[in-house]
Amino acid sequence: MASRTLRVSLVAAVGVAALAACAPPAKEKGSGGSGTDAATATSAADLGGMGALVKAAKKEGKLNVIALPPDWANYGNIIKTFGDKYGIQVTSQQPDAGSQDEIDAAKRTKGTDRAPDVFDLGQAVALANTSMYAKYKVASFNDIDARFKDANGAWVNDYGGYMAIGYDSAKVPAPKSIDDLLGPKYKGKVALNGDPTTSGAGFSGVLMAAVAKGGSADNIKPGVDFFSQMKKAGNLVPVDPTSATIKSGQTPVVIDWDYTNAAHVNDVATWKVALLPNVDPVGGFYYQAINADAPHPAAARLWEEFLFSDQGQNLWLAGGARPIRADAMVKAGTIDKAKYDALPKVTGTPVIPTTEQTTKMSDYLAKNWAAAVK
Amino acid sequence: MRTSPAFRVFRVVMLLLFAVFFFGPLLAMLDFSTRGTNGSRTWDAWANLVKNPELNRAIVASLLLALFTVVLMLLLLVPTMIWVRLRVPRATRLLEFLCLLPLTIPALVIVVGISNVYQWVTYFLGDHVLNLTFVYVVLVLPFAYRAIDAALSSIDATTLAEAARSLGASWGTVIGRIIVPNIWSGLLSAAFISVALVLGEFTIASLLNYENMQVVINLLGKSDANTSVAASLAAIAFAFVLLLLLSVVGRSRRTEGS
Amino acid sequence: MSRLARLAPSVALLPFLLYLTVFLLVPTVTVVVGAFAENGRFTLANITALGDPVTLAALRTSVVLSAVSAVIGATLGAVLAYLVVSGGPASWLRRSVVSLSGVLAQCGGVMLAFAFIATIGFSGTLTIWLRDHLGIDIFGSGWLFALPGLILVYAYFQIPLMVIVFLPALDGIKPQWREASVNLGANGWQYWTQVAVPLLRPAFLGATLLLFANAFAAYATAAALVSQGNPIVPLLIRSGLSSEVLLGHQHLAYALAFEMIVVVAIVMGMYGLLLRRTARWLR
Repeated sequence: MASRTLRVSLVAAVGVAALAACAPPAKEKGSGGSGTDAATATSAADLGGMGALVKAAKKEGKLNVIALPPDWANYGNIIKTFGDKYGIQVTSQQPDAGSQDEIDAAKRTKGTDRAPDVFDLGQAVALANTSMYAKYKVASFNDIDARFKDANGAWVNDYGGYMAIGYDSAKVPAPKSIDDLLGPKYKGKVALNGDPTTSGAGFSGVLMAAVAKGGSADNIKPGVDFFSQMKKAGNLVPVDPTSATIKSGQTPVVIDWDYTNAAHVNDVATWKVALLPNVDPVGGFYYQAINADAPHPAAARLWEEFLFSDQGQNLWLAGGARPIRADAMVKAGTIDKAKYDALPKVTGTPVIPTTEQTTKMSDYLAKNWAAAVK
Repeated sequence: MRTSPAFRVFRVVMLLLFAVFFFGPLLAMLDFSTRGTNGSRTWDAWANLVKNPELNRAIVASLLLALFTVVLMLLLLVPTMIWVRLRVPRATRLLEFLCLLPLTIPALVIVVGISNVYQWVTYFLGDHVLNLTFVYVVLVLPFAYRAIDAALSSIDATTLAEAARSLGASWGTVIGRIIVPNIWSGLLSAAFISVALVLGEFTIASLLNYENMQVVINLLGKSDANTSVAASLAAIAFAFVLLLLLSVVGRSRRTEGS
Repeated sequence: MSRLARLAPSVALLPFLLYLTVFLLVPTVTVVVGAFAENGRFTLANITALGDPVTLAALRTSVVLSAVSAVIGATLGAVLAYLVVSGGPASWLRRSVVSLSGVLAQCGGVMLAFAFIATIGFSGTLTIWLRDHLGIDIFGSGWLFALPGLILVYAYFQIPLMVIVFLPALDGIKPQWREASVNLGANGWQYWTQVAVPLLRPAFLGATLLLFANAFAAYATAAALVSQGNPIVPLLIRSGLSSEVLLGHQHLAYALAFEMIVVVAIVMGMYGLLLRRTARWLR
């Protein structure tokens, strides 16, 4: 009796394992509405011009975006402006998600009407998933330098910024060098936006400290050591800075991208943002891409056209980010001059790590970060 | 010894300390969520519970999830348990093992391995937060099983069934009109516990990137701490009322039914 | 009766079995298989990665957190259960404590994290009161978001869980045994150390193990409380799944999940054995 039960359970277990192995389901591409032409269009011209693209997008009527917090580079306004301008209903999913979550969501909801249409990704995730993007060249594609785009338009850098220190000027003095952050005036006040092994902003923050202490994109150790020192001095708060923590005064000093820091002026009126003087700034761009399986391909392409138009680029500028077409727009005089001049001044050569450098640094962090800031 | 004055004092002091530890945070939540600017009191955060559209959607989603989970759990579990008790008693051990298995397999592990299964679910049913019902039924199984098992054990199901069958009732009638009405308190108990569990579930919803009530409360905490604390307190209070109702119902059934 | 006719009633169990297979067994098998595979090939790399200093440190912290919160929960919970039982079987105290424990044992996760942030967080009620009236800063550098804080918060649901699990064992101690021991000349202390405690020990140990497994498997509370760092295994799993810096670590998450199953299964197995021993006395 026992051996029979054993045999039956063995067979059952093998069967279950087999089931689990063949679990990836056969997915037919959802007939995404009207836009089978739009799904393969590589530029507006393929559809018969911008007017035709707008018409096709309006017919689809919907757009799914993901991981766009409303106070990140003015996305709240951008989404609203786009929706009002074209009468398209924009669903903003999971505003708190990270780049990897965007890809996971796209994979999980492939073929459904709720899959994300477009991505805004950090460098590492963007370059690791290029097979998921549709090739599309926006109208202003040629304005963008070859370094900042995929030659076929699979991805394009959209906006960038530099790592900066944001602080509540009513609570702490302006930091003149990175070592100031180790001082007693900053005790229990400094927060890094994210764990560097999980979040791109946190990662770049540690890189900024590394560069300030003599390291580089090939050597992040000085940055890890610096944060270790800050933790031991009791200056580092092990908490993600959010609107809530800034308003309550729990994190009066935040190391984050200059544009996300700039948005905190809405939380605390005395908030200021400063890049470290006399230190090469750490820069980073985000990557725009269209989901190859987008349920609303025409709307997705119209969204890209909007983002890279003068209006879209200026909206990003209003959020404190540096739009990718800034140079071309300055030449053409279409940039919002007042806001552009108000951006923090940059001295030195920006440090933007390559994929190989990023991987090496991530591996170092994976092994050493947790112990350093225990 | 039990009624010695020293013991009575000890008991009062200890109970007071426990009360402070357990009720203190609840009171602190009330204070935190009603804080206004410059030391004033305001109910704005509580008003947000009905005004905030995202929170509203999530509350509705969680309530619907609780409802669907209870219905599916009852449909799946009750006939199976009654059938096993009446007709396949050899399977009792297997059923018990399977129902208690989710206690050993953490929800975190289930969600790590379930993404393939959910791709199929999304394929058939579209991507909707209510898809979580299927995995939630698995999560509530151990608690529901214990409650229904206790109720089934307290009545003599076999005799009742034999009597009904000898009078010509079909198996459906036996299950639906004879047994079920007698284990009603167990079913209610299972339902209430399931509702409490579903309303408090965060792990699976957040790692599958669905927005149920707990996920949205957590998200709100990043921008509006007062509202999220108010929502948490409301959820705890709701669960308390639910389980209080459960204990009242359980008692009244026992006095009238037996 | 033919073999087929004997098996026929079991067919009715198929829907239930099928459902469990799809939604419970398949994920578990996926995790176990995924721990030993990468890109469709068998590999032990992820299992050996479990021995890395970072993952070992997380395992150690998880074990410490679970053990300490289990011991604290078990001890204090047993005391509370005893206080309740000593009040009589139908007292209002017992009814309210049992109902409350039922709620609080389930009330983990996000709600609990916010409860403690509202009490002893940076702008918590208690923090502010102590700061303003006694000049003491209990928030410090954020110990609430590290191991000591997690232990305190976990105690909040471990103690009620202990009350629920241990109360039946205390109920099983019949007053007749006490009378019998007094008749045989034992005093109170002897009754406790030679009769009651040995009888309660298996139930107590079993309940402690259950609390350990409960804490080890818990994710939501820590996820809501700890936003930076991955000090315990469940948070390391979260990072493996959703990190945008360390890519391709999903299979490490499978290996960690497998590790969790193994630990919890061992502990629950021991709990089952102890449960069978106590059942003898509780009839």
